[in-house]
Amino acid sequence: MVDIADRRAATGEVPAAAAARRRVPRWVVTVAALVVLLAFWEYFGRDINPIFGSYPSAIFAAFIELVRNGKLVTALLQSIQPFIVGYGMAIVVGVPLGLVIGRFWVAEAALGILVTGGYAMPLVALVPLLVLWFGLGFTVKCAVIFLMSIFPICINTWLGVKSVPKTLIEVGKSLVASDAVILRRIVLPATLPYIMAGIRLAVGRAVVGMVIAEFFTTINGLGAIIITSANNFDTATMFVPIIVLMVLAVGLNSLIGWLERIVAPWQAEIAGRDQN
Amino acid sequence: MGEVSLIDVSKRFTLRIDGGGQTVQALDRLSFTVHDGEIVALIGPSGCGKTTALRIAMGLETASGGRVIVDGMQVNGCGHDRGMVFQHAELLPWLTALQNVEFGLEMKGVRGQALRDTATRYLTLVGLGDSCNRRPYQLSGGMQQRVGIARALAIDPKVLLMDEPFGALDAQTRETLQGELLEIHKRTKKTILFVTHDLDEAVLLADRVVVMQHGRLQEIVTVPLSRPRDDLAKIRGSDDFAQTRYHIWQALHAGGATVH
Repeated sequence: MVDIADRRAATGEVPAAAAARRRVPRWVVTVAALVVLLAFWEYFGRDINPIFGSYPSAIFAAFIELVRNGKLVTALLQSIQPFIVGYGMAIVVGVPLGLVIGRFWVAEAALGILVTGGYAMPLVALVPLLVLWFGLGFTVKCAVIFLMSIFPICINTWLGVKSVPKTLIEVGKSLVASDAVILRRIVLPATLPYIMAGIRLAVGRAVVGMVIAEFFTTINGLGAIIITSANNFDTATMFVPIIVLMVLAVGLNSLIGWLERIVAPWQAEIAGRDQN
Repeated sequence: MGEVSLIDVSKRFTLRIDGGGQTVQALDRLSFTVHDGEIVALIGPSGCGKTTALRIAMGLETASGGRVIVDGMQVNGCGHDRGMVFQHAELLPWLTALQNVEFGLEMKGVRGQALRDTATRYLTLVGLGDSCNRRPYQLSGGMQQRVGIARALAIDPKVLLMDEPFGALDAQTRETLQGELLEIHKRTKKTILFVTHDLDEAVLLADRVVVMQHGRLQEIVTVPLSRPRDDLAKIRGSDDFAQTRYHIWQALHAGGATVH
């Protein structure tokens, strides 16, 4: 009888087999797509007036120059500090807030509309007000990044709590677990995949928030390179921080995806998603 | 001890259909008693309220009227005197088999070495002593349900409540687990109340079968098979089995509905 059960468990491990069947690795396709895109950009970009556009090799040359004179590293360090604080705070506040809103109807009735509305808030319009409150320095930058990224994290966590199977909560109830224990030991782990998705979505918004803050408060960091080079009609240099930011966001995204597989390995198994 | 009595238990709820409300009488003054150490099956067509009755006995739902008494105490919410086995095991997917069993014990306040020892003992009882560290997705359906049974048994409840525990399993695994449940019952003498839609299962496992129809008690059928019931294949072929099965079948059809 245990034999039958064992055999079924063995054949249940499908995801690995699916990955083996696919001959071309995923990254090869990604790289090929990038190469094709860059080749087209290089070929057609060269015909455009360098004020109106640029092309990869010119951008790369500008990148080397910015690295050589140290401007890029300095700007990156300036940008990354408020990013870490604002984005970090958004996670620390957004996840518990979403859990509470999703779990308790009073919190949902009281705060739900604020969060939904806050997500659509035209933050750029509020930056002058934030400057009045927090000044032009580090704090206001953190505030802008925080406000940009907290809502997707909170909303995703909230939705995640809502989609926890009722029966799992009943398991807790049937074992006489308290509300706090059900929240921490059943709802939170069951919501983890949604939380991670929210944290990933927020990366993009936090990067946008960071650049907005650098445009409208003290002009520094990567945003400053964009503005000064745009004002000097140095389009190639202007593209460097933009692309650096995009690469940063992609890198952070896959870092979080990797983290998700470590903290919630069961999710990939349940969904039958393959790992590479 | 472990005696469960449902006394005049009723349940009404309102279904919202296209803006209008429709009141459904899921249970209508249902009364029966499961005696200490007895196995009782609740059977009836789908929608007859058998699962609702079990959930009210567990305390997962409240009755609109009537009460449930376990060993003289009125049921008010869930308690450690009752253990629930869910239809699809409902293991916590981020915990190993052992941790799933430990979770229930922790809620009862068991700590330290006793926690591990007790959980291991019950997993061994259900034949999973060497699969302790597997996670639910690494277990077959039958193994998952074994963990579910171990989790419910480990808290040492007076009564085991099971909601179609083997309904989601394939025929072969179901037969194996039915045999194992009888074996567990022989060893632990737990009172068991289980819901099923499977006539064979009801007759094979239960001492008495409560037949329900439209939220009401239709008939309580006593199964004349003696215990221990070790040779299930032989029992299935016996006259007593066939006659009891036919009797229940008739009771089910007397209400004018068919078994789904």
